[in-house]
Amino acid sequence: MTTRQLCTFAVAGGRYAVPVADVQEVLRHQELTPVPLGHPAVVGLINLRGQIVTSMDVRRRLGLPDRPADAGPMTVVVRTADGPKALLVDDIGDVIDVADAAAEPPPAAAGPQTAVTARVYKLPDHLLLELDVAELITLTPHPTR
Amino acid sequence: MTPLDDIVKEFLVESYENLERLDRDLLALEKNPGDVPTLSSVFRTIHTIKGTCGFLGFGKLEAVTHVGENLLSKLRDGHLALRPDIATALLMLVDAVREMLASIEQSGAEGDGDYAALVGELKALQDEAVDPPPTPTVAVDPPPAPAQSSPPPTAAAPAAASPAPKPPAAAGEHGGVADTNIRVDVGVLDKLMSLVGELVLARNQLLQFAATVRDPAFTRTCQRLNLITGELQQGVMKTRMQPVGNVFDRFPRVVRDLSAMVGKKIRLEVEGGETELDRSVIEAIKDPLTHIVRNSVDHGIEKPAARVARGKLEEGVLRLRAFHEGGQVNIEISDDGGGIPPDKVKAKAVEKGLITPEQAARMSDRDAIALIFAPGFSTAEQVTNISGRGVGMDVVRTNVEKIGGTLDVTSTVGVGTTLRVRIPLTLAIVPALIVTCDGLRYAIPQVNLLELVRIDGQAGEKRIERVHGSPVFRLRGQLLPLLFLRERLDRPPADPAEPTTLAVLSVDGRQFGLVVDTVVDTQEIVVKPLGQELKGIGVYAGATVLGDGRVALILDVPGLAITAGGPTAGDKSGGEKPAGPSARVVTLLLLELGAGRRVALPMCKVTRLEEIAAAAVERIGGLEVLQYRGDIMPVFRLADLLGEPTGSPAGLLNVVVYAAFGQTVGLVADRIVDIVEVELKPHRTAARPGVPGTAVIHDRVTELVEVEELLALVGHTQPEAGR
Repeated sequence: MTTRQLCTFAVAGGRYAVPVADVQEVLRHQELTPVPLGHPAVVGLINLRGQIVTSMDVRRRLGLPDRPADAGPMTVVVRTADGPKALLVDDIGDVIDVADAAAEPPPAAAGPQTAVTARVYKLPDHLLLELDVAELITLTPHPTR
Repeated sequence: MTPLDDIVKEFLVESYENLERLDRDLLALEKNPGDVPTLSSVFRTIHTIKGTCGFLGFGKLEAVTHVGENLLSKLRDGHLALRPDIATALLMLVDAVREMLASIEQSGAEGDGDYAALVGELKALQDEAVDPPPTPTVAVDPPPAPAQSSPPPTAAAPAAASPAPKPPAAAGEHGGVADTNIRVDVGVLDKLMSLVGELVLARNQLLQFAATVRDPAFTRTCQRLNLITGELQQGVMKTRMQPVGNVFDRFPRVVRDLSAMVGKKIRLEVEGGETELDRSVIEAIKDPLTHIVRNSVDHGIEKPAARVARGKLEEGVLRLRAFHEGGQVNIEISDDGGGIPPDKVKAKAVEKGLITPEQAARMSDRDAIALIFAPGFSTAEQVTNISGRGVGMDVVRTNVEKIGGTLDVTSTVGVGTTLRVRIPLTLAIVPALIVTCDGLRYAIPQVNLLELVRIDGQAGEKRIERVHGSPVFRLRGQLLPLLFLRERLDRPPADPAEPTTLAVLSVDGRQFGLVVDTVVDTQEIVVKPLGQELKGIGVYAGATVLGDGRVALILDVPGLAITAGGPTAGDKSGGEKPAGPSARVVTLLLLELGAGRRVALPMCKVTRLEEIAAAAVERIGGLEVLQYRGDIMPVFRLADLLGEPTGSPAGLLNVVVYAAFGQTVGLVADRIVDIVEVELKPHRTAARPGVPGTAVIHDRVTELVEVEELLALVGHTQPEAGR
């Protein structure tokens, strides 16, 4: 039985994950430079050891309400074909092994999250949504003003 | 060294590398005979060596590789399976090639090794192939060159079937070229370059910090790090350098063909081809340079008959010269042709509606010649298919400016024309102005920046006017379309009472003003691309890490210019032209006040310079006046206006008669220094009301005076309002 290693995190009360292989590092809050006119999900640019990385808020990307101002987000840096990207999440969870057999394709028509969800795992106490990183960081063009 | 030697050397370097790979590939193939891509790669390598050595006249090498190639093509097309004996034969072929290459490197010839046995064996192996495919026709195997030019191996094979005696066994130590040259992936160099950029930034941060720490040991270490970083940066930049000669090499042919086509005699002289430039810059200047050279041949140099009539040699000379100067590379393209007649250019520009007749009359020759860079301008009376349809020079200039370069022209009628391209050594690090807008910092590449003007809250607001709803600013009598960065970035408007700064930017010879909150400083920045998700916004050209480690966005000035349309965008011929192509260079009147304080006024508003007896100045109310040409002219002492203490001068006064608010005023200066044409270089605003900026003119810091504003300060705004 094959298993996958996932890096889990919490966003707005839900449990999500991305493959560990896609994760470069996890950071605490980083100093952000906002990008006016950028896509709403883009919260800014961070300086990651000299590399400039776009930071996106997973809440906004998934169409969830904004994080309370006092909650300091965590930054998950993922590797993508377009270089590293930073994902803002509420809290970082464990790295877990999941059996492929426990996965199901995402249910149809579950709102803006469906397109970015790769699989759903039925864990004993909760559901875990594995996100498709490539899909997650692809933002539909935001109309420029 | 002759050029042929260079070619042979390159061939050797390349072949040695290929042979290394061949060994590896063949061994891999032996393990996995079905690996078609590897087989194809082996085939291509041998094919390349065969082709090149044939071209260089190494017959023996060609003969051996030719049979090898045939055998490989059979393998590749599946007519033959790779067996150990075939692999052995092929490896022997590689050895034979290596021996011959070593000999070529040592003696310049292939040596006297005899490879007939090898050739025979390879041929024998290849002949076995015929059985599986019944029809070894051309259709089955197109590339193996059905009847290529080399039958000799067959003839040579039976002649001497003795086992190949090894040539002098020096093959192992092919010292020279292969050992001192390596090929490196450009990607690796780019990565190194960007790492060095980071190091420079980190160094800058450290130096900033070091300035606050008083520890001699730490300071020394920092200085050392500083030096090493500098050297490393230069060293890495050097790895990406290529001689500009790589571009120049194409021109002899271009000039030869073109001059023959247009019936001219032209000699090309090239100088400084060894001048080195970053490879990205080399790529980028290829086309602009070619265009300029074509132009010079086509329009610059006259036909032989015309030259003789002017007493010149029949043969024209086109000179290409490259040299380093002040951290930049200069490339000059000069011809000894007819030059550019300013009158003709002016007439043409007026005819095309690029400038008004009045502007033409006022325009200096130098400005007039610069009109050839205006969009849609062509002086050639005949449109030829050689240098295009006159879309030329503005496009050339745009391309040169795109890489942070400048292009200008000097020309003397009857003597010739020189175009000078100035380009930075590298594109990776650019100087930039750091500004703020709504609390965030942005970088503006210096290359686009002409000058900075400070706008004081209340007073400045008045100087921003509207034409058809678009904001404009009066800058030395010209209307400058404005763009508010806050507005463009969808930020809340600034507090109108706060002073703001206007950055005068230039794109394609067009100017516009970008209103920002404040100017921070200038920095050398390393340009980084933005991710996919931030492209297409049209406002940002990239991002950079500033000295303090924070990220700043780099503004895309050409992108901003599109939205800064104002009256320039559509209506070019409109009455008061906001930014002419000549506006970059301004003519200034240089004055001196008191003990050597230099100020400059725009010459276009100066009507006369007079010397008038101090006693002729009369007073009406609080105002000094002169009777001038039957009128009463108010007189102001510039020194007073600028707060420079002076005694009351006696004798003759130097009076600048100046048109302000449509009225004539006299400005008294202590000394009139000169009239200069300068390209205004922006300087940090040492600004206060009436003095929007400073510039270095004649090696002296000179204040650029805005007379109207100064007069407004003392309450003189309208002809009658001064009373």
